[in-house]
Amino acid sequence: MSSQERSADTEAAVQSTQEDRMQGADDRFNSKLREAFGSSPFILTKFDQFMNWVRGSSMFMLQFGIACCSIEMMATYAIKHDLDRFGAGIPRASPRQADVIIVPGTIVSKFAPRMKRVYDQMPEPKFVVSMGSCTISGGPFQKGYNVVKGAEEVIPCDIHVPGCPPRPEALIYGVAKLQERIANGESSPVTVKPYELKQFGDLEQDELVDHLAQDIDEETLVMRYNWADSP
Amino acid sequence: MSLEDPQDQRGAQDRELVGVTEEGVDYDALEDLLGEKVIGRESHVNAEAFVIRPDEVQDTLFALRDEAGFDHCSCLTAQEYEDRYESIYHLKKYDDPTQEVGVVVPTSKRAPRSQTAEPVYRTADWHEREAYDLIGIDYDEHPDLRRILLPETWQGHPMGMDYNQDQPQVVTFESHTNPLAEDHKGEESDTMFINIGPHHPATHGVLHLKTVLDGEQVADVKPDIGYLHRCEEQMAQQGKYRKEIMPYPDRWDYSSAGILNEWAYARAAEDLADIDVPEYAQVVRTMSAELSRMAGHMLAVGTFALDVYGDFTAIFQYAFRDREKILNLLEDLTGQRLMFNYLRLGGLAWDLPEPREEYFDTVRDFLDELPQNVEEYHDLISSNEIFQIRCVDTGVLEPDVAKSYGATGPVARGSGIDYDLRRDDPYGYYPELDWDVITEDGCDNYARVLCRLQEVEQSARIIEQCVDLLEDWPEEDREIQSNVPRTLRPDEDAEIYRAVEAAKGELGIYIRSDGTDKPARFKIRSPCFSNLQTLPELSEGEYIPDLVASLGSLDIILGEVDR
Repeated sequence: MSSQERSADTEAAVQSTQEDRMQGADDRFNSKLREAFGSSPFILTKFDQFMNWVRGSSMFMLQFGIACCSIEMMATYAIKHDLDRFGAGIPRASPRQADVIIVPGTIVSKFAPRMKRVYDQMPEPKFVVSMGSCTISGGPFQKGYNVVKGAEEVIPCDIHVPGCPPRPEALIYGVAKLQERIANGESSPVTVKPYELKQFGDLEQDELVDHLAQDIDEETLVMRYNWADSP
Repeated sequence: MSLEDPQDQRGAQDRELVGVTEEGVDYDALEDLLGEKVIGRESHVNAEAFVIRPDEVQDTLFALRDEAGFDHCSCLTAQEYEDRYESIYHLKKYDDPTQEVGVVVPTSKRAPRSQTAEPVYRTADWHEREAYDLIGIDYDEHPDLRRILLPETWQGHPMGMDYNQDQPQVVTFESHTNPLAEDHKGEESDTMFINIGPHHPATHGVLHLKTVLDGEQVADVKPDIGYLHRCEEQMAQQGKYRKEIMPYPDRWDYSSAGILNEWAYARAAEDLADIDVPEYAQVVRTMSAELSRMAGHMLAVGTFALDVYGDFTAIFQYAFRDREKILNLLEDLTGQRLMFNYLRLGGLAWDLPEPREEYFDTVRDFLDELPQNVEEYHDLISSNEIFQIRCVDTGVLEPDVAKSYGATGPVARGSGIDYDLRRDDPYGYYPELDWDVITEDGCDNYARVLCRLQEVEQSARIIEQCVDLLEDWPEEDREIQSNVPRTLRPDEDAEIYRAVEAAKGELGIYIRSDGTDKPARFKIRSPCFSNLQTLPELSEGEYIPDLVASLGSLDIILGEVDR
């Protein structure tokens, strides 16, 4: 059999099986996608690629409000903007059920260890959208004595959405970009994290640590802020 | 009980208060009342202030509260001078907030110790903790003098003069007791300790409640704040009066209530520097401020329903639908959805959008639909039996307690306190308009929600009248900005405390000028800060779901609590 004949054969076979499948009692399951697949109900792809596509198409956000940006984040979830349309839906209350954390607001010294812990509680793989100027650099509060100069000082971020606050459209664009990156298998960047939670006993002994030594247990987790070194 | 008794009591209430005259407060009479305690007298722009010794704070304040009727400790400002520390108690009356007096307590630089005012006004508890935290004044006999906004391990007092901002700080993670630790039970009792927050869906942001439960009941609750303390006062002190401060107020109460906050700063600075605002600008301010208030109340009602019903799908979305409409109107006016930056000292950034007729039509369309929408809220929320079971008679806040904590806004009005600065301390165009102050006598969660829903309707009334006025305003009189010097330098040592009625209550600003173009001290009196203090009163002894409902009904915005 020549190759041409074979192809004609297959084409006929494809059509007949397709027609068979497209008719009958369960034609309600027919879709454009199925039509496009033809006779073969199989797709060949790499498992990793498939998983990336799945991940990007259904993302669970963490319900995580910090400051002003969280109001716009709520508006993004709510009516009119409805982030759910893009497969990044209703927020989850627990970090253990979430894939994505949107960091919506200014991070201050007291909150940074908490945020780190919430981030640590999320299962891998996890992604971070930093929303608003405060999470990029401290924003309008950058010169504050108590303000961490951006979320990236504490946790790694995948997408930065600038604005004060960003409009819901901007956040949707940011989330869509994240989904695109996840679907393409671009994993989260590794960044330097200056403010790691550390055991108090592991901090280098200087005047401040000596001063606090009586009050703090050596095994307690602490975060040390070297304000002079942060950008 | 004899029949005469009630009359005697009424007699006691109507007792002649010292220092009240037709024209306002007679400060000389007050000075006589305080007698030897007064060691000096200062003139602030808003009121006279008496200087007293730091060990006579309670005697003085008791006298002013009981004899002269100053029952509202609005704010405590602490500040450091070259040669001394100073605490200023700003006192007012709930019956007439235009009657004000300041009590200035200077303390030495070497040992800044001052007597606490907590036994007189319970609200002083948190205010003094804040003063201790940021400035470093010690308050003797204070029941619980700890840091409030900054972590326990913080070194130094950042609003003090010799603070080095570059010094490293260590913050412990364990300052939050681990609820899973073995010590979560009391030794002998069945109580259990749990943390609510700082990351929790019902805390409306980053609030942390240290709660002790006895079964289902709340035995003790201590709010722990400071997770959003982003140095708003420092930011304002680093900005120039004219334009560099105005963007920040939008970020205090960020529930779209920005214009109300801007107005607080504008009013204080305008009164300090003696700037007039054109009448036309006042009408536009009034209209935009009421739009802001409506947006803020919509958010409050929507998230309250979210707390009580756990209902993300219906009421929350309804509230956001209406909010979006308001935000569209505000965006047309100011160019921004949330951070408006629309008011300027002496006026506005720009006039109404052209074509004006079209804008008025959009506003009117919105107002026409509003009664029907509010009716929907009543169907969904206030007339719903489940909601009533959850809210009626839970989270009760008695008026006396509310006053003692300095509660204002819908929280006070829900407890039957007839206090609204728009009417009682008039500003803007409010006195010329026809509207009512809403009060509810229920004192419970339900009353507070009803208050907000009715205030939305009153705001709509105000906006409607403003639109009518603006429509007929002659074109040549549309003056949006008065003459303001390019660089504003108020007189040296001028001090002012001024408040407006923001969405959450009395939002006050204290400014002290040192003759430069930046304020020497800028203090924000946040309504949420005082309102949140009442939470233990509302929820101790109640069930834990009621704690969540009470917290929702206080409608706090953490950006404003922590500043």
